Amino acid sequence: MAKLILNRLSKTFDLGGRAAVNDVSLTVREGGFLALLGPSGCGKTTVLRMIAGFEQPSDGSILLGERVLADASEMVAPEHRNMAMVFQSYALWPHMSVAENVGYPLKVRGISGEKRDRKVREALAAVHLETYADRRPADLSGGQRQRVALARCLVTEPDVVLLDEPLANLDRHLRQEMEETFREFHARSGATMIYVTHDQAEAMALATDVAVMSEGKLLQVATPEEIYARPEGRLVGGLVGQGAILSLPSPFGDRRLFDWPAMQDILAGPAQEARADILVRPQDVEIAAEGQVATVLSVLFEGERYALRLALPDGQALRAFSRQPVKVGDRLSIVIRAAWRL
Amino acid sequence: MMRPQNRGNSQPRWLFPFVVTVIFCLSVLPLGRLAATGIMSAFRGGASELLSDPGLWRSVYDTLSTSFFGMIAAVVLGGGFALLLTLFDIRGKALLGFLFMLPTMIPPQVTALAWIGMTGPSSALLKAIGLAPPLGSPQPLYSIGGIALLYGAQNAALVYLSLRAGLLALPRDAVEAARLSGASSFQVLKDVILPLSLPGLAAGAAIAFVSCVGNFGIPAILGIPAGIYTLPTLIYSKFAAFGPRTFADISVLSGLIAILSVIGLMVEARVLRGRDYRVIGLSGQVAVFRLGAWRWLAELLLWLTIFLILAMPLIALVASSLAPAYGVPLSPATVTIKAYEEILFRQAATRIAFTNSLSLSLATAFGLLVVTVLTGYFLVRSKSRFVGLISALAEIPYALPGIVLAVAFILLFAAPIPVISISIYGTIWIILIAYFSSFFAVSLKPVVSAFRQLDPSLEEAARLSGAGFARRLADIVVPLVAPAAGASVILVFLIACNELTVSALLWSAGTQTLGVLIYNLDDSGSFNIAAALSVLVVIMVIAMMVVLELMAKRLPKGVVPWRS
Repeated sequence: MAKLILNRLSKTFDLGGRAAVNDVSLTVREGGFLALLGPSGCGKTTVLRMIAGFEQPSDGSILLGERVLADASEMVAPEHRNMAMVFQSYALWPHMSVAENVGYPLKVRGISGEKRDRKVREALAAVHLETYADRRPADLSGGQRQRVALARCLVTEPDVVLLDEPLANLDRHLRQEMEETFREFHARSGATMIYVTHDQAEAMALATDVAVMSEGKLLQVATPEEIYARPEGRLVGGLVGQGAILSLPSPFGDRRLFDWPAMQDILAGPAQEARADILVRPQDVEIAAEGQVATVLSVLFEGERYALRLALPDGQALRAFSRQPVKVGDRLSIVIRAAWRL
Repeated sequence: MMRPQNRGNSQPRWLFPFVVTVIFCLSVLPLGRLAATGIMSAFRGGASELLSDPGLWRSVYDTLSTSFFGMIAAVVLGGGFALLLTLFDIRGKALLGFLFMLPTMIPPQVTALAWIGMTGPSSALLKAIGLAPPLGSPQPLYSIGGIALLYGAQNAALVYLSLRAGLLALPRDAVEAARLSGASSFQVLKDVILPLSLPGLAAGAAIAFVSCVGNFGIPAILGIPAGIYTLPTLIYSKFAAFGPRTFADISVLSGLIAILSVIGLMVEARVLRGRDYRVIGLSGQVAVFRLGAWRWLAELLLWLTIFLILAMPLIALVASSLAPAYGVPLSPATVTIKAYEEILFRQAATRIAFTNSLSLSLATAFGLLVVTVLTGYFLVRSKSRFVGLISALAEIPYALPGIVLAVAFILLFAAPIPVISISIYGTIWIILIAYFSSFFAVSLKPVVSAFRQLDPSLEEAARLSGAGFARRLADIVVPLVAPAAGASVILVFLIACNELTVSALLWSAGTQTLGVLIYNLDDSGSFNIAAALSVLVVIMVIAMMVVLELMAKRLPKGVVPWRS
């Protein structure tokens, strides 16, 4: 195994058309778990399909360690890449039993008899489906099918495992269970994993690294903690975590993290041409005396707390939480404990 | 600038050249040869003699009039059935629909024999019940009207299917909206359903017309004795009286048929283009109107029609086959199975024809399947810009009447094949190649619809598992399209086995097919033996249609031609 390198990768489907993937450079460390996060149509699935070998890059290259997997002129066919993939539709072969599905990559590699049976049993045991070996995929539930697809990835010890929105077709309860299975799978196999999703909570919960994409471009790659605390730019700030982005008079200097005294200065600052985007997370907005005045726009009861939308005097919206019930139209006094300049 | 070819696609490099070669050999080469000969003879002035022959224009007139009246009959029969069965609460719809499809699948020469057995002074059936007209009175079917009537019975199902597809595609909410606007059932029918289904009816009429123009079996049996020649039978008779100008003449004549067919097909394509409303709203389930007290009358009418166009002719056919000789009345004393013994055990000619037809049909069905699985895979998976052109070229030979194709292959193979200098003219191989060309589209269609339904990720998963093209074709793709492939084999076998038009021109001693044999037996006066053979053919047709009907649930939509 080795690290996977995307080097200035681009993909254009129609000659002269807009690039689906535009100049993406990225290194996934060996054994890493990278989440490719972005809204639908941002090019993340195209990146995944290029890594798998279903699409050829129009420009740039893909390397696994020293080995060039693909560039604009040559490429290694998917069947020779030693990768595995969990498809959104699971892609289980309906005419084969669960054991045959899982064992097919071994069969193609010429592994047969006792050795194959043992490996299939092990893979099925890892996803807790030993007793389903002789069933057909059609007889399984969505979550079970997903686990069969995962076992099929496990069985050949691939260098890279690709997951294309694997939880999109599952209900919420099953999602949590499957997230646990994926984490277990990653710890156990040690494979490099790339996980495409549009759900930021999923990406944060699973991955060791998150790469955010939009309109074919890579915006930021960092650990989940880093990307949450220090997002780069409006798009990442809006996509990762909850929060409101305020457009405020640009503060002087290159300071990016502001506490309440600094925020007070900014809010009270003179109206000027230069504006800055400042991200305020709801948990950093505190209802306290002697702060900034804000009007309640809406209140949503979430069980453990109330989620509020507030309006600043200039009309900009802010999110906050409250333990006490408040009413729409109430005027509150708030203190912003932390804010991040995007 | 050339865009680098996407090598991420799943096709091996040889697939595109393979598909192009197949299409070239089966479609471009024969039709190109036909066009070249036709144009050359037109330039050399040979055509002017043919075109100034009043017999030709008589034949064009007869072709057009029989086809036109045949189309009208098909529209009345097929349109009525489609409206009643699709829109109203008729009981036994499935059975009625299936029975209505049968006349189309029965070979035309058998249809003609069956109807002859039902009418005229020599009818065994009429004699048995004492209703036969006096000897010497004319056979009423040997006429323009008779030919048109049989065209109508034979092709009514084409109109039925086309109109029914249009009716089923009607958005249900359009009907419901009209209802909520206060329209009565009758007004909904008149103002919404009929105008929206008109393209389906027009398209069906156009296909029926093309099918009539190209029909050979019916005018050969009903027209030739009365001196009525349609263009296909004119080609046949010119070819039988072989002369120095035959090739030039028949290429011009089949060019005429091709032009008439292309006009019909263009009308069809044009009226169907307006059918965009398919995508608006929910469709697939048509609101059913209640007939109330009229229902029994409608049902009676439907069953009576089935009885007249299907049951009666078939009963007459069986009666003719059981009569000892043509014209002898059928009674418990005279009934005999001699004709069946004759074809099954005595005559070498029938055995040869059975062997030829069965082996030709099996070879065509299975041989074509290998080609169409690869071609279908290419057509569905490839992003090549030639896909549209290739699928159109694959469709053309089947869309054109068989007689045109037969002439094309005669011209192509009349001289020995260059380079290897082997002549396949007069051998069974020329029939086989013509069948490959003619039924390519029949074989391709089910396979393509199965491929379209196949989730591409099933194959991609196999690629990542390490399976190369041949491997995943064998392990994944072919097993998954197997039901459609089975339907494709049965359909091609069914059509090839009953085919007469192509082999009528291409057969020679020792290579006659079942269709040719039935025609020759009738032509030489062995009517009861021809009838017995036809009965066996009908039994085979029905058996295979029942098999397909039983398979239909497991097949992709549109594979079984009479299910919509």
